[in-house]
Amino acid sequence: MTTISDSGTDAEARPVFIEERRWLGLTASGWQKVVAPLLIGLLVLGLWEFIVRWAGIPAYILPGPLLIARTLVTDWGTLSGSLVITLQITGLALLAAVTMGGLLSILFTQFKWLELSLFPYAIILQVTPIVAIAPLIIIWVNNTLLSLLICAWIVAFFPILSNTILGLNSADHNLINLFQLYGASRWQTLRYLRLPAALPYFLGGLRISGGLSLIGAVVAEFVAGSGGTASGLAFRILEASYQLKIPRMFAALVMVSASGIIIFLVLSLISHLLLRRWHESAVRREN
Amino acid sequence: MQAAVETAAGKLWSPLAGRPLVQLQGVTKRYANGTIAVTGVDLTLRDGEFVSLLGPSGCGKTTVLRMIAGLGEVSAGSVEWPTSKHDWRGRPVRDLGFVFQEATLMPWATALQNVLLPLKLKYRPPREATQQAEEALASVGLAAFKNAYPRELSGGMKMRVSIARALVTEPRILLMDEPFAALDEITRHKLNDDLLALWNAKRFTVAFVTHSVFESVYLSQRIVVMAARPGRVIADIATGTSYPRDEGFRTSPEYAEACRVVSAKLQEAIG
Repeated sequence: MTTISDSGTDAEARPVFIEERRWLGLTASGWQKVVAPLLIGLLVLGLWEFIVRWAGIPAYILPGPLLIARTLVTDWGTLSGSLVITLQITGLALLAAVTMGGLLSILFTQFKWLELSLFPYAIILQVTPIVAIAPLIIIWVNNTLLSLLICAWIVAFFPILSNTILGLNSADHNLINLFQLYGASRWQTLRYLRLPAALPYFLGGLRISGGLSLIGAVVAEFVAGSGGTASGLAFRILEASYQLKIPRMFAALVMVSASGIIIFLVLSLISHLLLRRWHESAVRREN
Repeated sequence: MQAAVETAAGKLWSPLAGRPLVQLQGVTKRYANGTIAVTGVDLTLRDGEFVSLLGPSGCGKTTVLRMIAGLGEVSAGSVEWPTSKHDWRGRPVRDLGFVFQEATLMPWATALQNVLLPLKLKYRPPREATQQAEEALASVGLAAFKNAYPRELSGGMKMRVSIARALVTEPRILLMDEPFAALDEITRHKLNDDLLALWNAKRFTVAFVTHSVFESVYLSQRIVVMAARPGRVIADIATGTSYPRDEGFRTSPEYAEACRVVSAKLQEAIG
């Protein structure tokens, strides 16, 4: 092939990326984002502890953060067991949501009649409050763990489904034309064009679903209210409230929130790693 | 300026002896909403020639290109590929590359992966395909950028990747739909020259859609002038000017004369 010199104006007009200085892997603005909320958090906790002590509020009304932390340590045996169960349900529900949501969205976009006939029911499932159908599911499904899983899945799967459908349909029309031009099969168009184009949308749905599957798991546990073998964090919260063990209730609450935050951070990290080379959302603006 | 061939549908004359690759006869395109994009277009693209389709916006230049490419059916008339093979359904195997107005690259793929795409879709063996794609990238001067993602490239470089992708299958015809319209003038001139160099070396057929008289005269052997409402061909002008073309050509009297003739035709098209 003939070669054209790569000198010339446009070959040199490549965008320049300027590296910012980093400390421990974070830039100055990155540290700001970590330190500022941390400071606020410490301030609020300090104020809380101070008010509880100063006003002499009893622990069964409002325990201070130090007591909650101590309860977290002393009750770790019971609480960690429950945490594992809640996380199990959450994780499995998310997994089911990803597989079902992903597969259904591919099927829906490949076979339009399937989407037309089934999507309304997916919406019905989504808009019906889970608390309202959870008792039914718990009655119908004998296995407690499975019924909890189903409830959490119902809550979690819709964002993945609707986002991925949107993503699969949002491939650049000219790229679709290009694929048609080269006689690409339906499978090739899906594999090389629609799926990569849908990835950012799917990941957006995944982040929402991660939080929702935890919420679904907790809500379902509340409705089930079951003790015995499968007792998750929600059951511990209920139990503690009956027994007026308010510090333990708070400790369980802290664990639920922390789990939610960690799930969100992990999913955000996955999303960032998958998109950082090409997608606008993961790329820093150069100005 | 050689004899310019006037409109006269069906009686096009080309100074080239190349065999006809694509023949459009009485092609009309009506969209579902009733708009007539083009009507009664007769056009022959011959092997190895550089043809520009020139006209105001809305004259159906792009539509003509898309129908040559087989993107969308014609409403009346025919698009024939007399010298091409036909598949089992009797449809011509269109051996072509297409360059869109925008670079239309896959943002999640590197320059090399983008150029590889047409070969992948044709199930070429990966090693051979990679080598071919690397050669194509090198031919547009981007060998060093094969691992860059589109967002890391400038507008001109993205267009180069797009051209490399269109040429990687070594097609007989390259269809270009206002490829350089969005670029600045300096970059556009550079890409014009590079495109001519590639064409000169390979002698594929180029159908180049543009709304710039200067660009069409600088690049092509033949200029098909189109008018709007309804979209139709009103003149087919052989510029008859010589190659190679460079900055000297831009200031030559023959260039100026060709521009004047084509401009006059375009005025008719608008008027």
